[in-house]
Amino acid sequence: MKKYNVKTAISYPKIGAMGKTGTWRIFKPILDKNKCIKCLRCWVFCPETAIKRVDNSVEIDYDYCKGCGVCANVCPVKAITMVKEER
Amino acid sequence: MAIKDFPIEEYVLPGSAACPGCPSTMGLRTVLKALGKNTILTIPACCTAVIQSWYPYTSFNVPILNIAFEAAAAAASGIVAALKKLGEEDINVVVWAGDGGTYDIGLQALSGAIERQTNFLYICYNNQIYSNTGIQRSGATPYAAWTTTTVKGKKEFRKDMGEIILAHHPPYAATACVSYPEDLYNKVKKAMGIKGPKYIEILAPCPPGWRFSMDKTVELGKLAVETGAWILYEYENGKLSFNGISKSIAEGKYKPKPVEDWLKLQGRFSHLFKPEKDEVRINAIKERIRETWQHYKKLASL
Amino acid sequence: MKTVIDTGNYIAARAALMAKPKVVAAYPITPQTTIVEGIAKYVENGELDAEYICVESEHSAMSACIGAAATGVRTFTATSAHGLLLMHEMLHWAALARLPIVMCNVNRAIGPGWNIWCDENDSIAQRDTGWLQFYCSSNQEVFDTVIQAYKIAENEKVLLPAMVNLGGFILSHTSLPVKVPEQKEIDEFLPPYKPKWRLDVNNPITHGNIIFPDDYYRIRYDMQLAQNNSKKIIKEVAKEWKEKFGTYHGDLVEVYKCDNADLVILAMGAIGAEAKVAVDKMQREGLKVGLLRIRVLRPFPDEEIIRIAKQCNKLLVIDRNISVGNEGALASETRACLKDRVEDANVYGFIAGLGGKDVTYNDIEKMCKMVINKKAGRIEWYGLG
Repeated sequence: MKKYNVKTAISYPKIGAMGKTGTWRIFKPILDKNKCIKCLRCWVFCPETAIKRVDNSVEIDYDYCKGCGVCANVCPVKAITMVKEER
Repeated sequence: MAIKDFPIEEYVLPGSAACPGCPSTMGLRTVLKALGKNTILTIPACCTAVIQSWYPYTSFNVPILNIAFEAAAAAASGIVAALKKLGEEDINVVVWAGDGGTYDIGLQALSGAIERQTNFLYICYNNQIYSNTGIQRSGATPYAAWTTTTVKGKKEFRKDMGEIILAHHPPYAATACVSYPEDLYNKVKKAMGIKGPKYIEILAPCPPGWRFSMDKTVELGKLAVETGAWILYEYENGKLSFNGISKSIAEGKYKPKPVEDWLKLQGRFSHLFKPEKDEVRINAIKERIRETWQHYKKLASL
Repeated sequence: MKTVIDTGNYIAARAALMAKPKVVAAYPITPQTTIVEGIAKYVENGELDAEYICVESEHSAMSACIGAAATGVRTFTATSAHGLLLMHEMLHWAALARLPIVMCNVNRAIGPGWNIWCDENDSIAQRDTGWLQFYCSSNQEVFDTVIQAYKIAENEKVLLPAMVNLGGFILSHTSLPVKVPEQKEIDEFLPPYKPKWRLDVNNPITHGNIIFPDDYYRIRYDMQLAQNNSKKIIKEVAKEWKEKFGTYHGDLVEVYKCDNADLVILAMGAIGAEAKVAVDKMQREGLKVGLLRIRVLRPFPDEEIIRIAKQCNKLLVIDRNISVGNEGALASETRACLKDRVEDANVYGFIAGLGGKDVTYNDIEKMCKMVINKKAGRIEWYGLG
């Protein structure tokens, strides 16, 4: 990434620019891989890019998942359940 | 394009400042997958300007020129002109603007850019309010909706931005919805294959703005289309056609769900149901939806 | 080198042509319109290889220039009065974005009522935007300054946009002879633009997202340093131009016949030109009056003004503008810069020429005589009645 030497409001891409937004969560999505039909709807709809495609399936990135529950809402087989975070 | 065939590359990085359930990041993820790396975005004041997070970091992996509220389409015109002179016309120049920056303050620049046949894609992600400043009414806010500046419900019907765009006879215009990513992807892909000004408006159900639970963003978008409150269409070479469920509604193959199903999930319409059902305003909403459908069906048959 | 006789506006268009911008975005407004038309002709006949965007407002003109400059090309635009005011927001934007856009502003009065004649309130109201500001007193100066402005603005120690002002209808529509160098000589003087930051798909930066106070403060400070740096660069560029092309208009200021002066006039733009005639006449009549013509208002030429005030402690400042509720801008800034540095300086502020009211060398002589005869107060509105 080339950095420009000009004093103006230039910002550079960073994963977690707002920090580990997983700390925002109240509810946490738990994926039951046995139920998962790998339709990838949870992946495409996640507003946080916190669901990754891994091999042929998906994995939730809890560092950044804000716990919105869209994934659970869109899953056609209810493979994702929202569970209250223990803090 | 099926979801499983969408490119894997992500241009919206995790850990942004977006609200949980945000339709902007949701839609932009799909849009950028369709556009790819060879894209420059220009973003006026709107939620997405803030979602990028703060200096010195950004949550997006494409070059972005943030610009003043009313100026997105004008800035885009400048970018397109410069790229042409640099021999880099194959780079996608895309505006990503909210409804405020499109329907209201940004309308002049948008109209001018289209009239000049600027080779760019203008995308309005429409959450039907000035969301970034805390939910005030815009020209896109529907009749009877609560906002902080229409506390008892908006007295006027929203503008039909589609009609305004169509009056410019652009080579391509379309509506979309974050709940239908394949439709959105295809439309973006198609638009980028066309030279000239293209306009896509994406319905973006906003949890804090519309007052619904943050997991229901996709559900609200689907209901908007299924009840006929939002119409999915494409306008290409002067011809208008419907898409998806809207097509089935137009052809009489799908009976739209009652619009109350959509309204009652949104806190911004709760005064239409409590303390009692406001038949007058709900009927006015239904009537306007009916008229809009009639009008667009006529356009489609031309 | 050839001599061209043309109006200030067409000369400005010619200078813009020879500076080879790649994108011009402009909107018509009297009395700038012939600049825009001049450029359109050059583009249509192929002389200027640029994208010419006929925008739908001046705000969009500056926004389009910002988009183009951010993408990495040299840009140009021109406006006047209400157009300049309409782009005010984006003037700030361009400067904070450190984009070296060059713009001609044809000074014109602000309405209502509609007044198309020469008045400098329009550009004076932009002093705080961070733009460099030049005030031209001849068509030759317009030509030279437009090209010099690019060299100064694009210098990596500056990187700020520059405004070249010329008086509406006085310079803009008056034909004067101008020495125009060959294109290849201009190319040697002004090499192709090399952007210091740009929108690049291979280096995806975001420009302009949220920034917190400490970082913003540092950007503002750097802009201040940049304007300070520009003082030296303005002098170097003016000197280089003089050596290459023979014409010279001073650098930050033009010192005209100030040796042994009892009274020095400070004036800008069209009045600056007229003041030279007045000085010549008065000196022939034995009055020791000189002129410090302010060529550059931003960065403010404080050192030059202090130097003159130390030589001659009576200064007559003519402002073709008024900050309603206080005084003329040049008088105000001159007084502020001299305070605590040249204690015995006397600054007489004259307001003249507002709304295009004519200011002749006779008027300037009358103003000088008012000061010499101790009939002038701290602020005088010349010619009211």
